[in-house]
Amino acid sequence: MRAVLAIVRKDLLIEWRTRETVVTTAVLGILLVTVLAVAHDPTPAAAPALVAPVVWAAVVFTGLLGVERGFLLEREQDCLGGLRGAPIDPTALYVAKLLVNVLLLSVTQAVVVPLTGLFLRVDLWHAVPSLVVVLFLGTVGFAAVATLFAFVTVRLRTRQVMLPLLVLPLLMPLLIAAVKATEAVLGPGLGTARDAVGVLVSFDVIFVTAGLLLFPAIIRD
Amino acid sequence: MRGMEWFGALASAALVAVLYVALLVAPEAVGEGAVQRILYIHAPSAFAAYGCIFVAAGASAVYLWKRSPAADRLAASAAEVGVLMCTFVLVTGSIWGRARWNAWWTPDPRLTLMLILWAIYVSYVLLRAFGGDDEEIAPYAAVVAIAGVLAIPAIRVSSRLMRGIHPSVIAPRDGGTGLADPYMRLALWGGAVAMLLVAAWLVTVRTRLERVEREVRAVRRAADAAEGVV
Repeated sequence: MRAVLAIVRKDLLIEWRTRETVVTTAVLGILLVTVLAVAHDPTPAAAPALVAPVVWAAVVFTGLLGVERGFLLEREQDCLGGLRGAPIDPTALYVAKLLVNVLLLSVTQAVVVPLTGLFLRVDLWHAVPSLVVVLFLGTVGFAAVATLFAFVTVRLRTRQVMLPLLVLPLLMPLLIAAVKATEAVLGPGLGTARDAVGVLVSFDVIFVTAGLLLFPAIIRD
Repeated sequence: MRGMEWFGALASAALVAVLYVALLVAPEAVGEGAVQRILYIHAPSAFAAYGCIFVAAGASAVYLWKRSPAADRLAASAAEVGVLMCTFVLVTGSIWGRARWNAWWTPDPRLTLMLILWAIYVSYVLLRAFGGDDEEIAPYAAVVAIAGVLAIPAIRVSSRLMRGIHPSVIAPRDGGTGLADPYMRLALWGGAVAMLLVAAWLVTVRTRLERVEREVRAVRRAADAAEGVV
């Protein structure tokens, strides 16, 4: 537990000093939302239907970049080797990276999601609590998979394409459920999307557990 | 003939026998037309695809636990054959869909499930192809194979959130009528056995090829290293 906090503290300190990941991914997220909104050019009546898909497309692509950045940082001057050699439980490293990724992605979303509502002229304000729940559940599942596979790809020459290639198919069920849940939040209310929320929760549980169990096996060598 | 050739001959013979029953013996389903007979390859390919994927994940788990190179070779081969079988399912389904639904593709739960599974194991094959050294990439590939199987329940449930029109033939509880004629059932279940045999045979051949390929690469690396010394 102390090891987890130490790594989280280290990563957040680096991020606080450079503000690199959050600023770049947030701006990229805004650009993505703009591109998608402009490409669709929706009528005011059609715009609300776009919010859920646009939000999640932005979450996924900014998330992939954010998670990858966090690991490139560790690669410089072989910090990863240092972490691997440190006398800590490897699962602590996974938990710490997962926490940092969830935190940083949430900050990015706090910028991108309200702007999506603004661009697509949808009032998200009344739905904030349930929207936060859905975004949080989706982000945990996303980060659980992406963190595991960022460790897989960080040493590959082809990592820039391999990370999305490996992660996107696995994330598909999460994305379907997240979009459906978000649509419910903006429409009839979260209570009508029990199945989707169920998928989100079970995806989170399955892949956080899988990450904890599989991570030591790939960090060993 | 050696064991592997016998195995191949048996699998091929089973496939031919099933095609005979499926195309010539089994009666045409009422109102479905001849294109319905593609079911006898389509559904068995899906069984074989699941078989391969579970073998790949199981062998990967054994590899992560015991670090046995044989388990890794089996996993790599089974995943590859699994992709092939998923491709059969998608292609035969697409042909049938064009005839029956007038569309090559539709966002249906079962179609989506198979497409996602296909994509997961394609990414596995790509990771092995472009990842680098076999020994270095093996544990990472194993994680992908296991994660793919873990995702199956979530994919099943989440894809059901979408609208569906896929017919339900095998399980009557999902509203399927089942296959009326015993020869239809023979074609279907015989087809499942035949496709599993074919898949098992391909995996055995592929595993042997993988072993030889790795030996060649190891020899080549050793030769390169020796050259460097001189």
